[in-house]
Amino acid sequence: MTIGSPRLHHAFRVASASLVFLASSVATSAQDAPEWSGRLSVEVRGFLVAPDESGQPRMLVSPWLQPEYYRAWRTQSLLVVPFVRFDPSDPERTHGDIRELLWRMVHDTWELRAGIGKMFWGVTESQHLVDIINQTDVVENGDGEDKLGQPMVSVSLIRRWGHLDLFVLPGFRERTFPGEKGRLRFPLRVARELTQYTSSAGTVHVDGAVRWSHVLGGWDLGLSHFRGTGREPQLLFGTTNEGESVLIPRYVVINQTALDVQTTTGGWLWKLELISRGGQGDRFAGGKRFNALTGGFEYTFANVRGSGRDVGVLAEYLFDDRGRLATTPFEDDMFVGARLELNDVQTTRLLAGAIVDRRTGATFVSLESGRRLGNRWTMNLETRLFLGLQGDDYLFGFRNDDYAQLELSWFF
Amino acid sequence: MNSLIMSGVLVVLTQAPAVALGQTAEERGLAIAVEADRRDRGFADSTAELRMILRSRGGDERSRELRSRALERPDQGDRSLVVFDSPPDVRGTALLTYANRVGDDDQWLYLPALKRVRRIAASNRSGPFMGSEFSYEDLASQVVEQFTYRWLREEACPGEAFDSLTCFVIERRPIEARSGYSRQVVWIDQEEYRTVKIDYYDRREAALKTLSLSQYEQYAGRFWRAGDMLMSNHQTGQSTRLVWSEYEFGVGLRESDFTPQALTRVR
Repeated sequence: MTIGSPRLHHAFRVASASLVFLASSVATSAQDAPEWSGRLSVEVRGFLVAPDESGQPRMLVSPWLQPEYYRAWRTQSLLVVPFVRFDPSDPERTHGDIRELLWRMVHDTWELRAGIGKMFWGVTESQHLVDIINQTDVVENGDGEDKLGQPMVSVSLIRRWGHLDLFVLPGFRERTFPGEKGRLRFPLRVARELTQYTSSAGTVHVDGAVRWSHVLGGWDLGLSHFRGTGREPQLLFGTTNEGESVLIPRYVVINQTALDVQTTTGGWLWKLELISRGGQGDRFAGGKRFNALTGGFEYTFANVRGSGRDVGVLAEYLFDDRGRLATTPFEDDMFVGARLELNDVQTTRLLAGAIVDRRTGATFVSLESGRRLGNRWTMNLETRLFLGLQGDDYLFGFRNDDYAQLELSWFF
Repeated sequence: MNSLIMSGVLVVLTQAPAVALGQTAEERGLAIAVEADRRDRGFADSTAELRMILRSRGGDERSRELRSRALERPDQGDRSLVVFDSPPDVRGTALLTYANRVGDDDQWLYLPALKRVRRIAASNRSGPFMGSEFSYEDLASQVVEQFTYRWLREEACPGEAFDSLTCFVIERRPIEARSGYSRQVVWIDQEEYRTVKIDYYDRREAALKTLSLSQYEQYAGRFWRAGDMLMSNHQTGQSTRLVWSEYEFGVGLRESDFTPQALTRVR
């Protein structure tokens, strides 16, 4: 996405409308001083193997910037978080976004939010099935943790029986995909200019969602329903007018009901996410209702032998009953991982994990570690390996894109 | 009805502050702990700011700024919330704790970059809090039922701030097997029942840490709070100082301010 795109303009309109409302409603309230902060990072990424196609980089230096403006009044607040990244090799990855532009009003029993926001739902580590409010910013990082800002108006009701969140989501954000010169992409280019929608409303389809969440003793429960344009496109084989073979993203209107559960006893943390998704009379995989789940545990050995260090062991099972027709790579996979936290002054930590396809043995390996340097700097190391991918694997195009990355960040 | 009144009287007697003759050392120790707890009841809620200064053996210092909120829930277990303002990479990170009177505490950590609330496994009590010399159990609200007690002696309170006062010296042993300590020796001043000093002994009975509390001030006409807490680790030579400020009581916090969902708006 480029900064001038019409989708972003739409997001801006929603946000500026809420700003006008905000300006009129807070004019007389007590005010705190505005706060500016942010993060400037540089990533140096080296790919272990030469690229498949000429023009793709072997080595990559890519900076990104995310400033943050925050202002609070007595019961209201405004948060503005723009984001911009420059990638010298891939114009699709060079992009900007309004991550947040959110006005918030908080009372004892309710909360109102309007603007562009970010919302996370879910409990598992290996993938986030239940999390659906925000679109994934795939060009940022293939791990799916980075999200695009979502225009929203939302109200939360805070009651003895839990929290009830209601969302109206005007304006759809398309998933980002790396361009031809980018790596970590499918063998064919994703032709976003040919994007299809099953709804005639396209990107202006208004989506809606509701979620109930509650803490019951040692249990965290969440039950949600989403109706609207699914965030995960089908990728159809197609041809452009120029005769180029491409993948065409196709977004289907879906109904998704989801459950997330988490509980703890001693060193154990048990996690489960379940979704059931139905499409609208679609002849492709979305046509039939399907179910998917991620479930597993994390066991923590706390303060190992009095060293102050915590060691965690994680395992999760990932399942999608569409099997090989699934629009994700994880239809029958096992995730195993380990977490190390030194609990030192620099907050040094390491997370290593592997997701293994139980049918083909294809394995995705991820290593992430980080620590603080001084007071305002952090250093993060990230390694991703794609091992044993077969020709029919969803991630086959990534087979030569193993990389290691060092990220240096300055916080202001 | 009579028996109810009688049991009420009995409770009052066993919790009476006066350390009567003829009590065993265990009873005297418990009575002191119960009285110190009683004097701190009824604070309803409080907020405070604190600076955490981590000092390495070589003398290097790092400072963190935090805000804390607490909600008293008599007979149910208190709730507390700590929010980080610095260092800037963890700004907005928040730790929510439900201190349960029986069983493990419930804890959640909010990570603002991901907007994600993560539950923390309940067993981690003895590990260090944010690289400091304070463990989670040191910072958790102290529940009388979590220890057994023994009266040791009376002596002049240690430290200049309390030099004219006499202290009770009691020993307490954690009941919880996951505690990092075999025992703690606690100095409590006889006038106001303030904790003056705590010596911590590790599981091998070796001297581990000493906590010295000073700069006490009284709030709302009742509640004493230390403005300065220095935790020194004798085994590593490192120390952590907590400097408290902006204490406020009865600010009207509610249970809904202490839910995992509320963590997303604590900033």
